[in-house]
Order: sequence, then structure tokens, then C-alpha cells
Amino acid sequence: MDSSKETQSGAAPETEHQEPHNYLNHAKTIKSWLLTLDHKRIGVLYAVTLAVVFLIAGLLAMAVRVELFVPGETIMDNDTYNQTFTMHGIMMVFLFIVPSIPAILGNFVLPLHLGAKDVAFPRLNLASWYVYMTGGALVVTALLVGQVDTGWTFYTPYSSSGDMAILYMTMAIFIAGFSSIFTGLNFIVTIHKMRAPGLTWNRLPLFVWSIYATSIVMVLATPVIGITMILLFMERLLQIGIFDPALGGDPILFQHFFWFYSHPAVYIMILPAFGIISELMTTFSRQRIFGYKAIALSSVAIALLGFLVWGHHMFVSGQSAISSIVFSLITYLIGIPSGIKIFNWVATMYKGSIWLQTPMLYALSFLFLFTIGGLTGIMVGVLSVDVHLHDTYFVVSHFHYVMMGGTVIALLGGMHYWWPKITGKMYNETLGKIAAGLIFIGFNATFFPQLILGAQGMPRRYATYVEEFTFLHQVSTVSSFILAAGLFLVLGYMMHSMFFGRKASKNPWGGATLEWTMTTSPPDPHNFTRTPIITRGPYDFHLADEVFGPRHTGDGAGDGATEPATPAEREASR
Amino acid sequence: MGNNGTVWLPESASTVAPEVDWLFYFVYWTSIVITLLVVGGMIYLVWKYRRKSDEDRPEPVKESKLLEISWVVVPTILVLLVFTWGFQGYLKLTVAPSNAYEIQATAFSWGWSFDYPNGASVGNELHVPVDRPVRLNMSSEDVLHSLFIPAFRVKQDVLPDRYTSVWFEATQEGEYHLFCSEYCGTQHAEMIATVHVHSQADFDEWLADAAMDEDVPLPELGERLFGQQGCQQCHSVDGTDGIGPTMQGLFGSERTMQDGEVLEADENYLRQMIINPGERVVEGYQAGVMPPYGRLSEREINALIAYIKEQ
Repeated sequence: MDSSKETQSGAAPETEHQEPHNYLNHAKTIKSWLLTLDHKRIGVLYAVTLAVVFLIAGLLAMAVRVELFVPGETIMDNDTYNQTFTMHGIMMVFLFIVPSIPAILGNFVLPLHLGAKDVAFPRLNLASWYVYMTGGALVVTALLVGQVDTGWTFYTPYSSSGDMAILYMTMAIFIAGFSSIFTGLNFIVTIHKMRAPGLTWNRLPLFVWSIYATSIVMVLATPVIGITMILLFMERLLQIGIFDPALGGDPILFQHFFWFYSHPAVYIMILPAFGIISELMTTFSRQRIFGYKAIALSSVAIALLGFLVWGHHMFVSGQSAISSIVFSLITYLIGIPSGIKIFNWVATMYKGSIWLQTPMLYALSFLFLFTIGGLTGIMVGVLSVDVHLHDTYFVVSHFHYVMMGGTVIALLGGMHYWWPKITGKMYNETLGKIAAGLIFIGFNATFFPQLILGAQGMPRRYATYVEEFTFLHQVSTVSSFILAAGLFLVLGYMMHSMFFGRKASKNPWGGATLEWTMTTSPPDPHNFTRTPIITRGPYDFHLADEVFGPRHTGDGAGDGATEPATPAEREASR
Repeated sequence: MGNNGTVWLPESASTVAPEVDWLFYFVYWTSIVITLLVVGGMIYLVWKYRRKSDEDRPEPVKESKLLEISWVVVPTILVLLVFTWGFQGYLKLTVAPSNAYEIQATAFSWGWSFDYPNGASVGNELHVPVDRPVRLNMSSEDVLHSLFIPAFRVKQDVLPDRYTSVWFEATQEGEYHLFCSEYCGTQHAEMIATVHVHSQADFDEWLADAAMDEDVPLPELGERLFGQQGCQQCHSVDGTDGIGPTMQGLFGSERTMQDGEVLEADENYLRQMIINPGERVVEGYQAGVMPPYGRLSEREINALIAYIKEQ
């Protein structure tokens, strides 16, 4: 109903010559975008916004790396450096990684995976974007009115005594949190109530399961950071002693509150990545996923256990030794389900038909990088070893391996995978492979030296450092330019493909989930022309005759083919 | 600083370090094996089952229960093992021997001061005897800090209004870094002290010397304090401009304040600037950067002023 309204307000669709009616061309005014209730368009709005945030926060990271090229002052003084890494952290964590996959790909793909016309509450969905933008505007305001140099963790009492701009920043995080809550709530209801006929829980694509687990964490954990930020705000404004010892508060209480959200938030960031990897591994191996139930349920297990491990950020904070021991034990229990997933993904390739296109390269990169991220996590979970490694570059590198090597790599893989569906265009596959290679090499060469730096004792958040760390810092800085080059290359060919790319077929990868089998590229404003009826699992390639044609006739294939593909078409799509 | 460390870990100079290192390398090598298995399996499978034709349509493979159970059970045993060892090591790190020599450590933005049982007090230098357990009882004057000595493999946050402690027994004489590892503002990166590990005899001698403040001439004491209190991090004595003004030629010169007033830098001016630097700030410098040093004794302030006068 909403889209018909948009059609009236927008440009007439018949001006498109021969272009089939789709969600991108049925209305073209700016208003039709800003007031859209279409989950696909909201996903695109988020994609554009988050790309800008990632670009800015990424440039800040480059500034940090350049400053650390030599000890002493290189391009900025201590205060500027402290504000730079603070802004990098706040923007990357709260404004980029937390919303990234759910808001972009979750919004776009989830209803398609479910065979639904939209999410359960389209207006709430649009509201979430506006709430997010309000949070973003407040972050910018905070930058304009003063200096925030607390680090993204806002540890008290340092944050209770700093610049008033910190108040704007805490308010921004409070508000942006609601955008997470809206999205999570929306997805939970959508998954429960809007599955197509025949789409039982055991037939849900694993991406849906991962988004489901993520949404639970979003709804349950985000209010805690909101409350914490409000308490910080009130302490500062009304001088009520909560966290600041000068007023009779307890700084460790703040750390408990903060990590009670921020540890589950790590799972908000990584679980959707697991979902994408499951999709990529199956489609590009053309094989069922190994251990569907184990992967689906371990996502939910991780989501719930994730609430019980926050204290492992505080082994040397002054919390009691008993707490540290209990938190360490539970931390290990949560490591197991993550490990199982890695093994399952590798096993999925067994007796498959593996096609090394760009999205698959990202999936394989993910397996390697997340393995390192996970194992370094085991390292910092060992109580006695963590005492040495805590607050050093080892931890910095560990979470970049998980957050960037995991989530961002999975997001890139997912963007390449669904790019034909989102834009209706193919990107340049050769450049895609080159960029994936640059990013993989650049990433490892940037962050692996940081593991050694940290183990050698280099503390984090240092604007300068003692001389013996110079060499490894230089390796890291130089490599970060390779990483940046790879990312800019992606930006370049993606933009190019949007305008000049080859038209994408309905199912260029031979995927067997609904978005590939039942919708056009790009999809119709209403997604499906008829209600899908589900008769098989999401990865039952051997039953997916609608993708490959009837068995053994050999007259259909997934690769770049509009079904059924003629040999000439298939040749052209290579 | 000596360097007998390994590729991954710095030199080890305390009794607990070898144990921590052993566990680090156990997890490290286990991780290498697991990574090689995962990557090796991945590369083998990618090559073995590469797509040969667009029409490839492999049959679904039946899952192996045995395989699934084994990769749950084996990692579980491994992590429980490292948990237990980590837990035992942690208890050693947290419980100090009862005969430990006690030093009071105070962290402030941005420096350290250490008070010894005989009244000696030094800043940014921690002197300890070798082969004797030492316990630091720590507190902070302002925000959170964290005391980190990589060579000893110890770290503990330092909090305002609460004591925390850390202990170690140094096994090698020498000099080691002591970092602040909890972010604390502008000069967090420069809040570095040096740990000097002496033989017991040298330590006793040093300690007796350090407590002898009363006999030291004022300018000499001032010079020592200027280094210990971290003044030199912002104020040079050779005329170069730092975060704060240089001390060279400061005494007796005319200073323009931010509000435009011109003051002569006499003894009272210097005293005010040390005790309450935030009240009046010289033009071209930022307020609130320098912490107040009201905790210095009368004699120490006199000594600092005497030292500054000589520059």
C-alpha cells in the first residue's frame, strides 16, 4: 500500500524503457527515498550512510597509523591523537559495526529469505534510520562543541571530569541505541510471524537464524548501555555520585555496566557475520551446510551465554579474584560454539563444487582471520596470561581480527554476494578478486605485527612509544596503506558498476534461497509476485530444480545464467 | 634495557614470568597446529573439489556424528586444561607472600611516586632489591591508571579511593620499563617509569641515600624532584618550548597572563604556579593541562623554586 503511494508521488514508472518494474525504478524522487517504507530501500539508505561513516572512521584510523610511524610527535599532538582514536572507536563501534550487517543486509535480505513482503513494522523500520541519523547528528555536534578524548569505553572517573562534549556523545549513543532496539524488535516479530507457508524453523536460511540471535541480544542488551549513558549524564549534570569516587561513586561499577552491554554487543557485531558466511559457503560450494542444527542453535547459545562473560574485560580492574575465575571459565564455554562453526564451514566444502568468485574469497579469508581472532581470544582468556596481555596491542589486534577480519570481511563478502540483487548490476569480478587479495594481505600485515607488539608489552592508546617498538609499528603503518588501497578499489569498482555494470541475471551465483529463486534482480517493490510455498531446505541444491533445471539434463546452471541458460549466455557471463 | 626476550615475549625477569611464558607458548603452539589444520583442510578441499563445470551438482553428503562429537569434545578438553593452568597461575600472581617488602605506590596524572618504609619518596623510579618478594600497595590521586611491568608479567589497575596491590620477585638486576596501561589523558603515553633492580647491598645503599633529603642542598633536591615529579615532560630547561613554558631564564622575567595582566616571575609567582597552576595561565598555553602539586612538602617546593631560579 505504501509503495503505491510512492509511485504516485514519484516519477511515472513508464518512462523507463523496457526496464522491468523494480524497487529502484518505480519511484525516483528524493522524497520517495526519504519516506520509503520498503525494507529494501531502507537497507540501501543504511548502506549509503554506513559507507560514509566507515570512510570517515577509516580515515581516522589511517591518521592514527601515520602518527605512530615514528616515536614522538609525527603529525599531531597527544590531545589530537587521543581524540582521533576516540572518534575512530566510537564511530566504528556504535555507528558502524553494531548496525552494519543487520541494518544493511538484514533489512534487505531478511524479508526476501522469509518470503515476506516486508518486515513486520515498516514504519518502525524507517524510524530506526531517522533515530540513527539523530544519533549521528549528535556525534557531529559533540565534535563541534568540544573535545571527546575518553576512548570509546568512557571509563570513569576520567569521563566524569572531561569536556562537556562528552555529554553530547553519551546522549548520541543513548539515542543511536534505540535504532538497534527498533531493528531487533522488528526482526524478531518478522521471523516469528511472517515466514512463508512451508518455511519451518528448520528450513530457515542460517542468515535468518543469525539475525534472530542478534536481534535477541540487541533488544536485551542495548537498554543497559542506554541506562549507563543516562547515569553518566546525570552524574555529570546533577552531581549525583554513581561512578565518580570524588562524589562517592564507584568507577568499577561503570565498567560492569559498560561491559554488560559491550560484551554482548560483540556478538551483535559477529553473529550476523556468521550468517553471511553460512550463505556464502553453501552457495559457492553448492553443498548443504554441514551441521545445520549445530550452527543454528550455537548462534542462539552464543547469544545467551554472551550475557555471562562481561567480567573477562576486567581481570586486572580490581574486581574480586573469584569473579575473574568464574568469568574466565564461562568465556571458554562460549569459545566452543564458535569453534564448532569454523569446523562446520570447512566441512561444508567436502564433496562440494567450489567456485572461487569474489564473495567466496571473502568467506575463505573470514575462516582464516576469524580462526586467528578466536584463538587469540583463547589466549587473552587465560587468566595469568591476560594479566600480561590486557590493555596492550595484543588485545587491539585480537579485536580487530574479530571485528574487521570477521565482521567487515563478512560484510564485504555479503555486499559482493547480494550486490547483483541490490543494484541489478554485476561488479567487475577481476578487480573484485584483486581487491580481496589486497585486503587480505594488507589486513594481516597491519594487524599481525600488532599481536607481537602487544605481547612485547606495547600498551594501547599511546600517542608515542619507546624506541624498541618502532620497527613493528612501521610495518603495521605501511601495510595499513595496502589495506586502504584494497578498500578504495572496492569503493571504486562498486560505484562504477552501479552506473556502467553489466546487467545482473536473477540468480548469478546459483543460490537456492528465495531471494535468488523467486525474485528478479533487483526485486519487485513487493518482492514476490506470488506467495512462495517452501518445500525444501535452504541448501538442498539437489532438490533445487528451479535453479538448475530437472536433474541430469544439463540444461541449466547457476553461473551467471538467467534460467534456463543458453550456452551463449553462459559464455557471455564468464 | 637488556634484551634476552623471545620473538613474542620480552625478557623475563621475575619468578612468575617463566610460568606465564610457558602457558603463553603452550596456547601459541596449540593455536598454530589448529590454524594449520583449518587452513590446510581449507586449501585441500578448495583444490580437490574445485568446480569443473557449471553443471556440477554434487549429492548432499551425510553428516558424520563421530566427527561432530570429536570436534566438540577435543576443544572442550583443551580449553578446560588451559583454564585450569591459567587459574593456578593467576592465584600465584594475586596472592603475595606474607614476607613481601612493601612499597606504597601513588599514581597521578601523569606520573608515579613510590614511598618506602624508611620515608624515602621517589617519583618515576621504582627501586627494588633482586630475589626478594616486593608488594606494591597502590592508589591513584585522580583517575584510573594501571601499573604494568612487561618484564615481570604483572599488571594491576590503580584506582582512586581504593587500594589495589601487585607483587613480584625480580630475578635479574637491571632496568625495566614500567608503563601506565589504563588510558588517563593527554600524557598517558609518557607516564612511563623505570624499574631499577639492585642487589640487596646496592638497594640498601640507595635506600639510605634516598631518605637523606634533609641533607641535600635545595637546588640539588629541586633538580631531583624536577625529574621525579615529571616536570621535565612539559617544561624544558634548555629554552625549547614544550607543552608548558621552558624554565630557562624564567625567574625574574615578565609573564603575560591570558587575561592580559603582566606579572613578574618571582618566588611567589613560581609557588602559585606549582601549587595552583590552573588559576592563572600564561598566554599561549592551555589551562587545565598541569595538575596542581599541592601535595609537595614545603621543603620540596622551596627546592623546586631554588632549582628553577638557577636555570
